[in-house]
Amino acid sequence: MSKLGDDATTATRTLRTMWQIRRFEEAVDDLFARGLMHGTMHLSIGQEASATGTCFALRDDDAITSTHRGHGHCIAKGADLERMMAELLAKETGYCRGRGGSMHIADVATGNLGANGIVAGGIPIAAGAGLAYQLQGLDRVVVSFFGDGAANEGAFHEAVNLAAIWKLPVIFLCENNKYGMSFSTEKSFAIENIADRAVGYGIPGVTVDGNDVEAVNEVVAAAVERARNGEGPTLVESVTYRWKGHSKSDKNLYRTKEEISEWRDRDPIIRFERSVVERGVLDQAAIDAVRAQATEDIRTAVRAANAAPDARPDDLLEAVFAPATA
Amino acid sequence: MTATPTAPAGTTDQGRVITYSEAVREALAEAMSADERVFVLGEDIGVYGGAFGVTGDLYHRFGAERVRDTPISELGIVGAAVGAALAGMRPVVEIQFSDFTCQAMDQIVNQAAKIHFMLGGAAEVPMVLRAPLGSGTGAAAQHSQSLEAWFAHVPGLKVVMPATAEDAKGLLLSAIDDPNPVIVLEHKLLYRTSGPVPEGAGRVPLGKTAVRRRGRDVTIVATGVMVQRSLEAAERLAADGIDVSVIDPRTLSPLDDAPILEDVSRTGRALLVQEAPGHVGFTAEIASRIVESPAIYRLLAPIRRLSGLDVPIPYAPQLETAAVPQVDGIVDAARSLMKDS
Repeated sequence: MSKLGDDATTATRTLRTMWQIRRFEEAVDDLFARGLMHGTMHLSIGQEASATGTCFALRDDDAITSTHRGHGHCIAKGADLERMMAELLAKETGYCRGRGGSMHIADVATGNLGANGIVAGGIPIAAGAGLAYQLQGLDRVVVSFFGDGAANEGAFHEAVNLAAIWKLPVIFLCENNKYGMSFSTEKSFAIENIADRAVGYGIPGVTVDGNDVEAVNEVVAAAVERARNGEGPTLVESVTYRWKGHSKSDKNLYRTKEEISEWRDRDPIIRFERSVVERGVLDQAAIDAVRAQATEDIRTAVRAANAAPDARPDDLLEAVFAPATA
Repeated sequence: MTATPTAPAGTTDQGRVITYSEAVREALAEAMSADERVFVLGEDIGVYGGAFGVTGDLYHRFGAERVRDTPISELGIVGAAVGAALAGMRPVVEIQFSDFTCQAMDQIVNQAAKIHFMLGGAAEVPMVLRAPLGSGTGAAAQHSQSLEAWFAHVPGLKVVMPATAEDAKGLLLSAIDDPNPVIVLEHKLLYRTSGPVPEGAGRVPLGKTAVRRRGRDVTIVATGVMVQRSLEAAERLAADGIDVSVIDPRTLSPLDDAPILEDVSRTGRALLVQEAPGHVGFTAEIASRIVESPAIYRLLAPIRRLSGLDVPIPYAPQLETAAVPQVDGIVDAARSLMKDS
């Protein structure tokens, strides 16, 4: 199987997606800091390889469910940057017309069944989408992204068990970023690897370096193949780290500056860049061009979103229920 | 009621009488036959036929894929239904006792109810959750609740309480058609009751209040099993010369209040009956709608609510009976309402 960094086209695409995620999150951080964005946010800076490596193992018609820290998943699955930014900026042109915000971006057209504000909320939904594809005789698969914290929710247990007994085409993608808000995995788990829980459900469990985009991609691709062949779900634990706090109220009282700086040194994007340069797939000029392009992509999205009309309150009541079509 | 003779082959039997439970099963079978996206899932609904026997032989008729037994996993089951609905199916979940929806509340309240709105209309969750509710079976506090007001309080959920066999079928068919999550609460004591369900009886629209009986003196508004008790009370009151209306909202959310307000304006007296505890209950909403409308100027007496006591449902039969309205209590309440005016 070829790796994401083996050829210039795929490497460029991978790198551009990771930089788009990084720049998107930085732009959001900046807009919040300047008081130009409302609500709250959960940034995924440092976790770009996990989102990208995973989504790049999927077909366009495969689906994902995402989390409160979901911007990266959305972008990697092919969401429109301008519509995402417009949603965060409370615009009518946003994915949810201003009704969802950062934690509820979905794009059913690109197989994104939705981010989720409830920890583990998307996991049973992913199992259900997998059940639908199985009943429909389709060979689509679903990836359910969730964090380490979600693996201690009952919903995780119930959904993984259902997927295991029915051999549903689901990949349970646990992004272990070491903290459920402030509570460390050392304190919240009595096992070393979250993937070890797979044994309890009779499915494979794999732990992968979540800051290595190619390794994530390979592991997920194998799980996807298994799921597509009707062999059932896999639990993948992608070990990574969020550089920023949990949300904007986080003062980082539960972790040290040294720890953060250690993980910043393991920057998943820089790591991939070094690797492709060393392998002679891309040169520094090409890499600089990708970075500049991603920066420009986000600038364009912010500019266009800012110019879009504000979300309107006039049809809120009508929006609660879907209209009958029959 | 007695069963009517079988109609000659090739004709439809307009007088057919079947049980409430058979009516639910018939709706499920018709929906599954008509639309391959429809499937049912829940605990012990397969070979066992459902804890209350509702799914019966559906497993043998439609197979294990579409009449899907699940582990005891309410949150997982409802979540799977939400996901399947998002991905193009029309799941019908059976939760064995409505009390167990507490185990699944995140998926019902935070997910199913909100996805369409929260996603700006980009997705639909066409799922049905059926669950038996209510007391009267000696099953005590964790198997006897009436939680309809909880669901009716959540924007994005439709809530249905069928009181007759015909509605049990017709409202369920409409619920399955609906592009939104619909909670169908079936009273356990109604499962074995019978009523006319003409062959080929179809959909009963959601959001349409039914006037079960039209009277001159008092408007009784009742839900679930209280509809039958109110109709029984109405017969006894008629013998005393008190002529009452019995109105069954059927769909609690969205609520069709016009027939209620119109009838109260005519009688000037409102008696609101529910099995659930009175405090912050569904009939408090009905009372509010009456006093917020011009019907208030027609009231001849204060609105009267007759509800379950504000207690968990007790086990002992005499205690259980005392905890929720019975026919005698409805008769007494209507009489005192007449005396007050």
